Amino acid sequence: MRAAILQNSPSQQAGRARQTGLAERVFRIRESGILVVLVVFVAVTTGVQPRFLDAANIQFVLVDTTTFALLALGETMVVISRNVDLSVGSVVGLSAYLSADLFASHPGIPIPVVFLAGLGIGLACGIANGIMVAAGRVPSLVVTLATLYIIRGLDILIVGGNEVDANQLPNAFLDIPKDTIGGIPDIAIAAAVVIAIGAYYLRTYRSGRDLYAIGSNPDAARLAGLPAGRRVFTAFAVSGAIAGLAGVLWAAQYGTINSTAGTGYELQVVSAVVVGGVAIFGGSGTATGAAIGALLLTTISSALYVLGISSFWDQAIWGFLLLLAIALDQTITERLTSALRKRRTRHE
Amino acid sequence: MDAAGSGPKEQTETAAVLELRHAAKSFGAVRALIDGSVELRPGEVHALLGENGAGKSTLVKILAGVHQPDAGTLTVNGQEVTLHGPAAARGAGIAVIYQEPTLFPDLTVAENMFIGRQPLGRGRRIDRRAMDDEAAATFTRLGVPLDPARIARGLSIADQQVVEIGKALSLDARVIVMDEPTAALSAAEVDRLFDVIRTLKAQGAAILFISHRLEEVFAICQTVTVMRDGRHVLTSDLAGLTAKDLVRAMVGRELADRPPETAGTAHGDPVLTVERLTREGVFTDISLTVRSGEIVALAGLVGSGRSEVARAVFGIDRYDAGQVTVNGKPLKKASPTRAMTAGIGFVPEDRRQQGLVMDMSVQQNVALASLGNLEKGGIIRASAERAMASDWATRLKIKYGRLTDPVSMLSGGNQQKVVLAKWLGRKPRVLIVDEPTRGIDVGTKAEVHHLLTELARGGVGILMISSELPEVLGVSDRILVMREGTLVAEFSHADASEEAVMSAAMGQQDTQQDTGNGAEREASL
Repeated sequence: MRAAILQNSPSQQAGRARQTGLAERVFRIRESGILVVLVVFVAVTTGVQPRFLDAANIQFVLVDTTTFALLALGETMVVISRNVDLSVGSVVGLSAYLSADLFASHPGIPIPVVFLAGLGIGLACGIANGIMVAAGRVPSLVVTLATLYIIRGLDILIVGGNEVDANQLPNAFLDIPKDTIGGIPDIAIAAAVVIAIGAYYLRTYRSGRDLYAIGSNPDAARLAGLPAGRRVFTAFAVSGAIAGLAGVLWAAQYGTINSTAGTGYELQVVSAVVVGGVAIFGGSGTATGAAIGALLLTTISSALYVLGISSFWDQAIWGFLLLLAIALDQTITERLTSALRKRRTRHE
Repeated sequence: MDAAGSGPKEQTETAAVLELRHAAKSFGAVRALIDGSVELRPGEVHALLGENGAGKSTLVKILAGVHQPDAGTLTVNGQEVTLHGPAAARGAGIAVIYQEPTLFPDLTVAENMFIGRQPLGRGRRIDRRAMDDEAAATFTRLGVPLDPARIARGLSIADQQVVEIGKALSLDARVIVMDEPTAALSAAEVDRLFDVIRTLKAQGAAILFISHRLEEVFAICQTVTVMRDGRHVLTSDLAGLTAKDLVRAMVGRELADRPPETAGTAHGDPVLTVERLTREGVFTDISLTVRSGEIVALAGLVGSGRSEVARAVFGIDRYDAGQVTVNGKPLKKASPTRAMTAGIGFVPEDRRQQGLVMDMSVQQNVALASLGNLEKGGIIRASAERAMASDWATRLKIKYGRLTDPVSMLSGGNQQKVVLAKWLGRKPRVLIVDEPTRGIDVGTKAEVHHLLTELARGGVGILMISSELPEVLGVSDRILVMREGTLVAEFSHADASEEAVMSAAMGQQDTQQDTGNGAEREASL
């Protein structure tokens, strides 16, 4: 399929400009590639165990995907700019505990206020990351690896051996992940809207395009006078804020929050982003792709569970998918480069 | 080929749109530009000529706002300006097209042109249609139908330049500086670029055109500025000048500072034979021989393929055809390890990146290529390493604090000696040195020259790549000249002159027939 699309260019050259660029078509291919994997996976699993497509299981998968896909949106912004945010798991943990603790210590506090608090906590963490990366010029891998531990340490310091459990939380809060419209969880719909807005922003606003430019060629971005530092800072702040929000959702979803909440989440999020077709060295990829990547990974976990396969395979398959995604990414880039090299748009 | 066919002489007395006067710029102790001046007028293509290291690039970077001059004035449209950065230069209407443009490979062509200032529609959203249309219109104006919606990845360098030129046009640049735009282009692409330049000129742009190819200068430019050793030498109408005049202005240094000696020993058997070496698109049919005790210089302009040949011979880069023989034994392709075992040493062009491990100590760097001799049971003996390093440091007069200091603490000249020591420790039969004295001071330079001749006397065959003509003429027994990936001329030590070598390197042999001293030339290689 891909080869055919790459090779059909000569006939299409005549009507240039107006039609969808080859580039965008290939991005779409990258996304449709994982969609195909997703469909095949669902089909095979359902064939073996029809229960997999039960309404309850679909709901379960979608709720699980929600926090994950939201985090992938923030991570996508960061990765596109040739950075990485490894602190999201710790931010989720801190925000989850602190927001749940608000209910425990201030009974009757309005739910939106708690969401705002979670968002604020995440934003603060993101701003700290952003300042160190953008102003301090420290590689983001190092900065966010450090904040991963620092924030987790802070979390443990605050939580100690405590935990907040479901009966300290208002039912209205615990019901948030359970509410559905037409069988689809409300929060999944809300997340889809947020991700769509994020994807649209990245595609159609100057500041969004700047992120791609910065990730594609940082030196050229500087020469072009783009405000690279400010853009990267913003990406980290947004990623942090989303992680804060995701922490509150996490609390609602699980009900029991101790100091280990969200541990290891960051690597799952980065995996989803890469599997979703975002280039790990920046410059290309979409938030939609990353969200589909998150959906695929959650679906796989669920399928293995439904099929009664050991969760060891879960991790092994994730790792395998990751390798596959990276290999595919490189192959596509190489093919694309050589195809584009041959493609001359002049009339000769 | 010569000046005769150049365009009609333009005696416009229009005011200069850009004037740079007496600009100077130093980097540490290196005075890259001492007195640079240039004056550009609308509708005029102005050539900037000079040898490598004459200060052209520094001057360009001053115009681009990348470097801020230490002295001198820059006037744009009659107003004195200071360019604090690339953005300021753009704001002043100056656009610079580099030899290898830096685009965003993942963005579309149109977006590359408009990044950061894309046309906006309602709600501050990017209006892609308007952006693509404007890009397409610009390309039509330039007569080059590039697809604005394709991504930049995979564009040829020629097309990348067109994108940069399109960007300059869409920015309404009045001054367009082209830094060796033709160096990486094929003949057809050069023709197309010239069409674009003529269009720009007709539309009233002032263009500064830098090229090492004199026939191009005569084909497209009306006026010329020549620089030498960081100074302005000459500004003139091109009409009335010959290629010979320009070459003389470029190399006209006093010939007294020519390093004197050559090894002067009788040369033995060939130690390095290269036969019809070809790497497609990089160099073609390179055949050469280096004998024991002989220093052979590979001269030519930057980008003529000299370093690439050296890298292929040593096995760093692959080659498509040909054979390298060392001491009568054919060498396996693309294996530096085999090349080293066969007896080749290679001192690369960029000692900081390729020649040394900057964070490692002096002694570790010296020992790096000889670890096989220093280890015992897989463990490197520090005492042997130290002894070897200290021995070579004495022999090469390396100035250092302690042998355990990081090599980055040494001066450039002493670093270069460390690289040499590293290879000499292996007792090579053949030594390839790429720009052995670049960026090192005069005293150390002489020492390096002396060292090379000493080595040759000891029977080592040396292949030296150098862009410095006095070095080429002074040190080597034979001089091979490369141009655009092929060997174009060969001179013996006695027959060579700066002008003859320079002319061959620039493709101007014909005009030099009279001064060539009957140089033996390979008719067609």
